[in-house]
Amino acid sequence: MSTAHPRAAGAPEPPLAVLLEVTHRCPLQCPYCSNPLALERASAELETADWQRVIDQAAALGALQVHFSGGEPMSRKDLVPLVRHATQRQLYTNLITSAVLLDEVRLGELKDAGLEHVQISFQDTQAQGADHIAGLAGAHQRKLEAARLVKAAGLALTLNFVIHRHNAERAAAMVALGAALGAGRIEMAHTQYYGWGLRNRDALLPSRAQLDAVTAVVEAARTEHQGRLVIDYVVPDYYAHRPKACMSGWGRRFMNISPSGRALPCHAAETLPGMDFPSVREHSLQDIWYESPAFQRFRGTQWMPDPCRSCERRELDWGGCRCQAFALTGDAARTDPACALSADHPLMAAAVRAAAGPPPPFAYRRYSEASAR
Amino acid sequence: MSAAGQDTAVPRLAPGVKFRFDEVRQAWVLLAPERLFLPDEQAVEILKLVDGARSVAAIVADLAERFEAPPELIAGDVGAMLQDLAGKGAIRL
Repeated sequence: MSTAHPRAAGAPEPPLAVLLEVTHRCPLQCPYCSNPLALERASAELETADWQRVIDQAAALGALQVHFSGGEPMSRKDLVPLVRHATQRQLYTNLITSAVLLDEVRLGELKDAGLEHVQISFQDTQAQGADHIAGLAGAHQRKLEAARLVKAAGLALTLNFVIHRHNAERAAAMVALGAALGAGRIEMAHTQYYGWGLRNRDALLPSRAQLDAVTAVVEAARTEHQGRLVIDYVVPDYYAHRPKACMSGWGRRFMNISPSGRALPCHAAETLPGMDFPSVREHSLQDIWYESPAFQRFRGTQWMPDPCRSCERRELDWGGCRCQAFALTGDAARTDPACALSADHPLMAAAVRAAAGPPPPFAYRRYSEASAR
Repeated sequence: MSAAGQDTAVPRLAPGVKFRFDEVRQAWVLLAPERLFLPDEQAVEILKLVDGARSVAAIVADLAERFEAPPELIAGDVGAMLQDLAGKGAIRL
């Protein structure tokens, strides 16, 4: 029996994936965290029944994958029942974790609940540098042990590396570590400069030479490991001529739920002013996806200014990133400055020049550094 | 890695890959770690036979009989499709 919602002609496709940021709590303090500067407290988080309702609605809406993320999703005591709930709705379940709370018992519970795949973040390939980024002594060693447990349990494993000026030289070692640990997939993702990453941009932005060297490593590794190891590569926008298709377009493929239940088109969308992001406490995912003004605001091409409006790439990159446009120009509806056709494009080169000197210390991602909300 | 052209190779889904029917889209979907594929009709018929037991030759024979098509033609399509998904890490040969 179909649960399909009758859609009007021209209506968007259902989302492919829903990312549940079940908490902002995390033992790590990485200075490029994708969480907003305004971190949410445990007291603001949704209850178990709320998340179960969200999972039910995501499945009915047509989402195929659910990503359990955070913060550290294993900080939630109800993670196992939530994974089981998603499995029962036939959703493909991903755990996106720092892995420092992952031991054999909890992994066994998650596997029994139907978990398909574990993505473990690594901050570097060397313990000292990795623990410095994470702001937690001993973190790297615990991640290595957790990765071996994931493999031993027969679950699919991804290693995630966020790349920046302090670890770019280890790109080849990152691939080698992934292969040695038996990962099926590696994310080599340059830092994206929103929120915490933007606050720490001068401390993190790599040089052009570093970027080119990492790119060369990735290209060679893809050939060497083809069919065994998928390498997803994300470049920084600051050396680009065209913007990335951020989130594959606003409200086209993806929905993000914040710990307190705000539905967002991307992780960083709450930085945008004047937006009223609907809460899953008050609205169904169906209504949010198809009806809410927030998800329609930058969906498609109607909102676009020039040069996007007349650009032949407008349905390839969807105008780039709204959060970056706002963060760098103060106007979320402008063309992403990453585009060389944008009048604001010189901002990118100026940022590169500003980051060329000795790196400043990190502003670690922690509640005491977070902005009030 | 053996080539899909080798008839005795037994293709199977890679670890963490699932192939299922989606009621909302009324379509088959191939789900992998943080990726997914929406296979076309021909690929769906092939993937339904990828069960970790059938060989490439058995898959070709099954499709050739059911679709009343020359086995050589089917073998070419099956080989290309399996190689493509193997290159993307979704299938092991």
